[in-house]
Amino acid sequence: MTLNELTPGQACTVLDLHMEGEQLQRLMDLGFIEGTKIRMVRNAPLMDPLDVELRGYQVAIRRNEAAHVEVERA
Amino acid sequence: MKHDHDHILVALAGQPNCGKSTIFNMITGARQHVANFPGVTVEKKSGAYKEDGDTVEIVDLPGTYSLTSYTQEERITRDFILLERPEVVVAVVDASNLERSLYLVFQLREMEVPMVLCLNMMDVAERRGIKINVNKLSAELGIPVIPTIGRKGLGRTELKNAIRRIAEETPHDAGDWKLDYGEELEPIVRNLMDQLQLCDHLTEDFPPRWLAVKLMENDAEARRLLLHHPHAENKITGQELNATVDEMRRDFTRTRKKSPEKIIAASRYRVAGEIVDRALDRKRDSRRTLTDKIDAVVLHRVLAPIILALILFVFYETTMVYGTKLADWAFPYIDSIKGPIIGLFPPSPDLLRDGLFQSMIIDGLVGGVISIVYYVPIFLVLFALIAVLEDTGYMARVAFIMDRVLRGFGLHGQSTLPLILGGVVVGGCAVPGVMATRAMKDEKARLVTILIMPLMNCLAKIPFYILMVGLFFAAYQGLILFAISVFSFMVALLIAKLFSRYLVTGESAPFVMELPPYHVPTISGVVRRAIERSWLFVKKIVTVVALVMIGVWFFVTFPGIGVEREVQYDQLLSQAETDLRTAVGPTNPYISYLQAESLPPLMHFMERYKHARRKAVGDPSSLQKVEASFLSQNRAMFLIANKGELPGGPVDRNALKVSKALKKFEKSVRKISRERRKELVRTSWAGRLGRLMEPVTQLAGFNWRINIAIISSFAAKESLVGTLGTIYSVEKGTGAGALSDSIREAESGWSILHGLAIIVFVALFPPCLATLIMIRHETGSTKWMLFASTYPIVLGFIVACLIFQVGHLII
Repeated sequence: MTLNELTPGQACTVLDLHMEGEQLQRLMDLGFIEGTKIRMVRNAPLMDPLDVELRGYQVAIRRNEAAHVEVERA
Repeated sequence: MKHDHDHILVALAGQPNCGKSTIFNMITGARQHVANFPGVTVEKKSGAYKEDGDTVEIVDLPGTYSLTSYTQEERITRDFILLERPEVVVAVVDASNLERSLYLVFQLREMEVPMVLCLNMMDVAERRGIKINVNKLSAELGIPVIPTIGRKGLGRTELKNAIRRIAEETPHDAGDWKLDYGEELEPIVRNLMDQLQLCDHLTEDFPPRWLAVKLMENDAEARRLLLHHPHAENKITGQELNATVDEMRRDFTRTRKKSPEKIIAASRYRVAGEIVDRALDRKRDSRRTLTDKIDAVVLHRVLAPIILALILFVFYETTMVYGTKLADWAFPYIDSIKGPIIGLFPPSPDLLRDGLFQSMIIDGLVGGVISIVYYVPIFLVLFALIAVLEDTGYMARVAFIMDRVLRGFGLHGQSTLPLILGGVVVGGCAVPGVMATRAMKDEKARLVTILIMPLMNCLAKIPFYILMVGLFFAAYQGLILFAISVFSFMVALLIAKLFSRYLVTGESAPFVMELPPYHVPTISGVVRRAIERSWLFVKKIVTVVALVMIGVWFFVTFPGIGVEREVQYDQLLSQAETDLRTAVGPTNPYISYLQAESLPPLMHFMERYKHARRKAVGDPSSLQKVEASFLSQNRAMFLIANKGELPGGPVDRNALKVSKALKKFEKSVRKISRERRKELVRTSWAGRLGRLMEPVTQLAGFNWRINIAIISSFAAKESLVGTLGTIYSVEKGTGAGALSDSIREAESGWSILHGLAIIVFVALFPPCLATLIMIRHETGSTKWMLFASTYPIVLGFIVACLIFQVGHLII
């Protein structure tokens, strides 16, 4: 499954990032690495972007970008 | 090995939200300088302090999460470290976010620069239950680690001492610290390093291991380094090296099923995790922080938009209402510089005309600068509030809430604030709006946001709206103003959509944005930033605006009305003078003061006296002083100026008579002068152009008078109503009522369509000069500046024509 499919409160582990170039680098710089635990915190009022928590901080990510983050339910 | 009076260059690097600027302020104190990095729009702050006769210069590098070459900020940071070779790089690190911070520290470490780690926000870490073993961390990284609490100024001396210690350590020993990229990648990195050794210069100028890792990351700048490095005597060329890198990357990805950059990033996080495990005595506890509790409300699905609207409303009210009040309060003080400057010129010997040079300086230069400086108090309030929104962490939430809406139009969540500042609600200012786009990371959305800024409703358009609405739609003032802002915002969104689809090229940057924990901002930090940014504005704008103001002045003053007409005005004036003398009577003892050549000094004297009195009003003792001083200068003139009254003495009937006659005379001189001024504008180059354009602008219902007003308002839209005042020959300072009466009188043929077309045109009118300069400054491109100044004219004119023409078909 992918990160955008999670509902608020659910947690998951990153399996792989299906993207390249700047987008890939940005996400990795912010700690989206294979094995990283991510908790879906909430959706923005219009359901996009998402607010996720990882490594002790929170990051906003657009739904279409989250769709390229392959995860596994924890 | 210490020389006398060294200059030590120190760079400050760190991730966003790590408190880097607090540390910068803490060590540099008040001696700061803000500029831009050469050729880019990224702010470069530097400061200095003296220590034992040495100057330590600190440069605040942009906050970056990483050191790739994808963003301008990262390239700047990297280039500064590699090319400027600072003696020390201080890595500022958020102690409560150690793991991610180390990710950046490792990359700095690989660049083999002398480093100090500044472990900031120790209090936040402690509150979150994190306890760091500083000595262990220092040993793990092989560099000094200094714990600080920037907000409280704690750790300042220790940090300065560490900087000094490292700076004096020559030659610098980089140590044998190395990040282990794992058994899959390490052999490849070493292999590549060997190949790089074949290029002598390359490995002399750049750390070989850093370069090898960057090449494996497929870093575009590192690739370019290979190509642009001299390789005449080298055994291998840049092209060959690049081909090798390509092959190595391809091989790696094929055999490991993962690109090297993924392994590199993962290795950095793996090592960071290991170090954190060893250096942390206690990890954070998982209880809900205050930030979580605030976010539960502030980002709540239903409450979020309401709270956002409330905060933006307060923001807008404070800036536009209280900021304007502050500006109005400060204005007399700013305007008072005019007096001394006018005083520098000898009083004009001509009652109708000021000296040309004086007119240029006073009306052109000083007037222009003052009209811009008027806005500085508003900016101070505005920038202070922006700083509060940024420092608290709410700004990122605004983007989070608004992104979905704005993205549909090619904009970005971060466009919200710039657009509000620019005047989505009637009465913003495009200059801070354009400036505020600086925080946007998405270059494409940023450019689109800047380009639609002219369509927002800036403060200076308001007096004109009020005038026009009063003329044509007096009964619906509020409604029409509201309709104007809705209309212009809709057009702006539409244009944004068009621009982002067809005009502005380039990929949108990915939207990943940290939602930092909430902080209470420090007053000193907020004030400092507000002053800094306002000053930057003043510096950038004032000189250029002043120059263009002179240009506009020239345009509406020359070529003049010709000798013949001037002589006719002179004749009118002599007639008025004769009338004056007749009214007073030839036997009046003061008659000698009413001769043609003695009138200007007399009227100048009276003007000065009136001014001095007004200043002293309410204070009897200084009023007496003023009277005594003017009396001693010239008794007769004083008597005339003071309506024949001598302080404590009887009334001089003759002087009173002169005084009364002069009042009437003054009135007719003003009338003649006004007529002349009107003719001057009409026949000026601006006037001629206005007439020349009339056949075309007539399509939208604009006559030459409106054309002149529009032409002359290019420098600053504030002058729109003022110019109309001159054209429709209204006395200065009589308010909008008189102007709308005289427009109504002069343009009796105007219908509602005329009004609507003009309003719509002004609503979409090009930005003022200050905004254009800001656009040039922020986009770094003259092309975009020119575009932003022309497309609104075309767009506005087309829409105005449509309204006028289609309207005529319907009505």
